[in-house]
Amino acid sequence: MEQAKKMNMKEKYNAMTGDLAWDFSYKTEAEIFPLSDFEGIKIEDWSKWQDPFRLTMDAYWKYQGEKERKLYAVIDAFGQNNAHLGVTDARYINALKIFLTAVTPLEYGAHRGFAMTGRAFPGVGAQVASQMQSIDELRHAQTQLHTISQYNKYFDGLHDPFHMFDRVWYLSVPKSYFEDALSAGPFEFITAISFSFEYVLTNLLFMPFMSGAAYNGDMATVNFGFSAQSDESRHMTLGLEVIKFMLEQHPDNLPIIQRWIDKYFWRGYRLLGIVGMMMDYMLPKRVMSWKEGWEMYFEQNGKMLFDDLARYGITMPKFWEQSVEEKEHLTHQLWLTFYSYGHAAAFHTWIPDDSELDWLSEKYPNTFDKYYRPRLVYLREQEKLGKRFYNPSLPQLCQTCQIPMVYTDPKNPTKRVYRETIYNGDRFHFCSDACKEIFEHEPEKMSQAWLPPHQIFQGNCGGATIPDVLKHYHFTENDGGEFLHSRDNANWNLWKGLTPDEEAA
Amino acid sequence: MSEKMVFLALQDNEDARPIREAIEADNPLAVITQFPGVYKIDAPGRLVINRESVEERIGRAWNPQDIHLSLVTLSGNIDETEDYFALERT
Repeated sequence: MEQAKKMNMKEKYNAMTGDLAWDFSYKTEAEIFPLSDFEGIKIEDWSKWQDPFRLTMDAYWKYQGEKERKLYAVIDAFGQNNAHLGVTDARYINALKIFLTAVTPLEYGAHRGFAMTGRAFPGVGAQVASQMQSIDELRHAQTQLHTISQYNKYFDGLHDPFHMFDRVWYLSVPKSYFEDALSAGPFEFITAISFSFEYVLTNLLFMPFMSGAAYNGDMATVNFGFSAQSDESRHMTLGLEVIKFMLEQHPDNLPIIQRWIDKYFWRGYRLLGIVGMMMDYMLPKRVMSWKEGWEMYFEQNGKMLFDDLARYGITMPKFWEQSVEEKEHLTHQLWLTFYSYGHAAAFHTWIPDDSELDWLSEKYPNTFDKYYRPRLVYLREQEKLGKRFYNPSLPQLCQTCQIPMVYTDPKNPTKRVYRETIYNGDRFHFCSDACKEIFEHEPEKMSQAWLPPHQIFQGNCGGATIPDVLKHYHFTENDGGEFLHSRDNANWNLWKGLTPDEEAA
Repeated sequence: MSEKMVFLALQDNEDARPIREAIEADNPLAVITQFPGVYKIDAPGRLVINRESVEERIGRAWNPQDIHLSLVTLSGNIDETEDYFALERT
């Protein structure tokens, strides 16, 4: 008997994706996919969708199962060996606190979003790709929670990430980015997340974070990070594919897509500032500076990504030059902000030691010694005098990115940028021309943003005093404040047999 | 940089080592930069991983899709068959 011919990769992909669809008999396509056209994107032929990875569902389950087995073996070994004691020092854990509270809920948000696009897109190739990514993102949220739960046994600030994500002032920055995308249509969502976030910016999140974890002895995070990142390559590829597909389908799609790219590039860049702060200030052993990362992954690689799309008429995202001008200021201004509001954060802040200040001077030769080092040194002196500085006021936030209005004009670095616009008789404030422009294009949506300081003043966050609000956030008295005075630091010194710091609690 | 570059990054572990060696053998213009736990491989125009080159090194069958277990990130347009996995930018 003759054996059936083995299918090649392309045939197998077609059989295991396109052939899984069926034709509808008693409902129209418009009734089944009601979200597919209100954004103005015109798709004439969904069968033109090509997934470059050609991963079939059976291969997907095989690879994902193998990744999970490897990861959970490491997590077990990590717990059994008390490997939390192997990190460089307890300050490092604060980077994980930011990751768990700010990034892990985004993974869950992405899971929800891709479940939506998988249902909303009429094409089977896009449905299968969305389904895989939705499952991936749920896996990422789960593996991050499982991995970091080991640290939660020993360190403060890791105990309630999802409760915090929906309430805490600085976590409204990642939350609002994702909810902006989730509350849009399926095409805007996939442009925001797959293209702008995954394809253009995600390297800056995972490469420095996971390499930083490896450098700082955090075996568990390295493993969940690279396990997630192996999915990320597929997600990035989907991001490019979806943009090309939309652009090839109809010329009317170009201006809509360009606007989304402009919007989510800028919003994503603003969101990544906190990662830059982590790279420059929170890793005891540093991999690269924010400036170096931005040059490598955006200025060099990002330009090539956009060159690939130039034939369709896509240009570099508007305001990208501004991100380059800000690169020597961004992280210093953010760290000083979090240092000042350290009593209202679920992680600790500190002034870098002298060797770390020297590293920053070397990496930021044009700005650090001139504008930032003297302030950090002054704050350290104040702390030694028992006058650790905290800002007792509530910050004014940018209406769009929700970051406190702390950024200055790179051409005039001691002057803050204030932009404003009037909509329906109310005045709205912005940190940048880009954030103002995003608002002005969608004022009805953006004017409804949930800004934490406004909500506190309106009485929606547990009370009128800072302790009331922190209780509402589920913060404990050990979660925030100066690292030197923290329980984490005292415990670390005890576990490691180190001399307690003089200043420590 | 006028030349169009592609790159991929692999986990620095034993699973990826034969892939790295195959890349080095088959892509003379590739440049490898080491980071903690991961390395980045940049090449002008095209970067290819050949199934045969990996199989020679591991002594058993290897499917180019197994790259999914070691891949950290990439940049370029994917060209994938049963016999190779390539990134291109022209």
